Amino acid sequence: MTFAAKFLCATAALALTAGAALAADPAVIYDLGGKFDKSFNESSFGGAKRWADETGGSFGEFEISSDAQREQAIREFAEKGHNPIVMAGFSWATPLETVAKDYPNTKFAIIDMVVDAPNVRSIVFNEHEGSYLVGMMAAMASESGTVGFIGGMDIPLIRKFACGYAQGVKAVKADATVISNMTGTTPSAWNDPVKGSELTLAQISQGADVVYAAAGGTGVGVLQTAADQDILSIGVDANQNYLHPGKVLTSMMKRVDNAVYDAFKSGDAMETGFNVMGISNGGVGYALDEHNAALVSAEMKAAVDDAAAKISSGELKVHDYMSDETCPALTF
Amino acid sequence: MDKMPKWADVVLIPLISLFLAALGAGAVLMATGHDPIAALGVMIEGGMGSSRAWGYTLYYATNFIFTGLAVAVAIHARLFNIGAEGQALLGGVGVAVACLQIPWPHWSLAVLGALVFAGLFGGLWAIVPAWLQAKRGSHIVITTIMFNFIAAALLNFLLVEVMKPAGVMEPATASFPEATHLPSFADMLGVFGIPFASDAPANFAFILAVIACVLVWLLIWRTRLGYEIRAFGHSETGARYAGISGVKIIVIAMVISGALAGMMSVNNVMGEAERLVLNSSEGAGFIGIAVALMGRNHPMGVFLAAVLFGFLYQGGAQLSFQLQIPREMVTVIQALVILFTGALDQMIRGTLERAFLAARKWRA
Repeated sequence: MTFAAKFLCATAALALTAGAALAADPAVIYDLGGKFDKSFNESSFGGAKRWADETGGSFGEFEISSDAQREQAIREFAEKGHNPIVMAGFSWATPLETVAKDYPNTKFAIIDMVVDAPNVRSIVFNEHEGSYLVGMMAAMASESGTVGFIGGMDIPLIRKFACGYAQGVKAVKADATVISNMTGTTPSAWNDPVKGSELTLAQISQGADVVYAAAGGTGVGVLQTAADQDILSIGVDANQNYLHPGKVLTSMMKRVDNAVYDAFKSGDAMETGFNVMGISNGGVGYALDEHNAALVSAEMKAAVDDAAAKISSGELKVHDYMSDETCPALTF
Repeated sequence: MDKMPKWADVVLIPLISLFLAALGAGAVLMATGHDPIAALGVMIEGGMGSSRAWGYTLYYATNFIFTGLAVAVAIHARLFNIGAEGQALLGGVGVAVACLQIPWPHWSLAVLGALVFAGLFGGLWAIVPAWLQAKRGSHIVITTIMFNFIAAALLNFLLVEVMKPAGVMEPATASFPEATHLPSFADMLGVFGIPFASDAPANFAFILAVIACVLVWLLIWRTRLGYEIRAFGHSETGARYAGISGVKIIVIAMVISGALAGMMSVNNVMGEAERLVLNSSEGAGFIGIAVALMGRNHPMGVFLAAVLFGFLYQGGAQLSFQLQIPREMVTVIQALVILFTGALDQMIRGTLERAFLAARKWRA
């Protein structure tokens, strides 16, 4: 090899490593709902942004608009050298399974689903545990003995929320009634505040005086109508207590933002494998702040904290709808 | 005598429309602080610049050809089928049933079976609105829209309660068996030694879409049934006077339309996803309306318009990927193209006709 060729090779190698180091930023890919869906996509963005604000780093992001773009988006980010690549939503499992093995040196994180590959971290949340806690609070705050649940779409994930909630309600008041409604059957069900509002009114007319919304952007309408009609509501995913202070009983927090933040923070050293975010490690929980302090009595807090401790220690087991696709406390 | 030559009608008007749409999109991009020339470059490179880009563009185009033909066939009978979306969803159910329930020995047989099932499910889904229109006069626009929602609800129910494998979080069917996987462009062109990106979703269904274009052309302009459909579309009373049964034409046209929309699922469900998911048609049924209008209900026009929309989809995705332009901005650009090529078509046509008449007078 001549000197010139050697020199060229060395420069090329240098350029390649420099390029890779430059693009080793993490990346997050949002699901079909879009970045600002007031639900888990927005939570992922929140976690990524918190990481960027703290470290001054930058990250890649992409909003898919079609199912066929999933594989495309993962590949493009992997080829650009982004690491780790985080995606939220159960629909990512199948494309990620295909792509992950083509990029063994890139680490991926998937939220809400499990992908068994050596370079993938799978993060699942125990939504049923958090929903159980807010269900207990709903039953204690309810005077009529009837509480409501408004979900986005009738899919297993939302049934998991509803089932945990109903169990929490029944644990406090065995004879309480839980009304459950789903918003719709098209993707717009996750962002239909008007319909959320109508369903809330319908549940109020059936006697509900606490409603829990697990429906993304639709929940905004649920919380608004509940506040207007002077009943209590329960927010979901993020802490939504501030939306209507004194009217939102609590929020069931599912810390997708923490999952994204953690993945970004550990960078390419991210540990892979199966990762359960439950009550014990702060993955789910109920929100208590100055906006709802007046609504949560000392007795209520003691009961819920006691249950949380028991769930953490394994003494109390909340039935997970996904374990056998049935629910002891609610029929769908 | 025509007001303007045929070439102006077919070539010049779409080109001027596209140019105006590009100007509008450029203005929007400039207003939001992006470089429109660079954006155009990214779109062209991302939508047509490589075999992978073509693989995506033609994949989307295949969906739009089927739904565009579906809408076009109905329009020839003066029926506005807005239900292609729901018919495509039901076609997906048909494909899933065919692929999962029948042990196919080879994909070539599986694709025929899937076509039959997809067409059957999509066509049957269109029968009820068609019958209501023919017998009761319930407006087809209203009923087909409502049937879209019923189809979405039915699909949701089927996936969650019936077709989903136990213990899986995602409302989707199991993956289809290996023997039903359609060959991709990479597989097909590889036979001739032509390299093509192996991860692009375009597949054998594109060839089916081209065949469908030819068959629809034959049906509409070369058969007795096509003549009856067109006669009915031009004048219902005239057709009736000529002994053509309105009920028969409405139902048959809608069944063909629904079957074509359903067959789209051979591309996206069988060819790409290889399983059935919620909302599998992703709005292709509605894009089909724009494609049919832009293609002036002629299969050749539908084909070209579908490729253009496929390019807009793929180029638009690359736009938001490369330049971090928000997804909504890409929708604005696509909408501008629809606005100029579809809705404002007459504006350009009128101006152009006057210009040609003036030129002819000047020459005379």
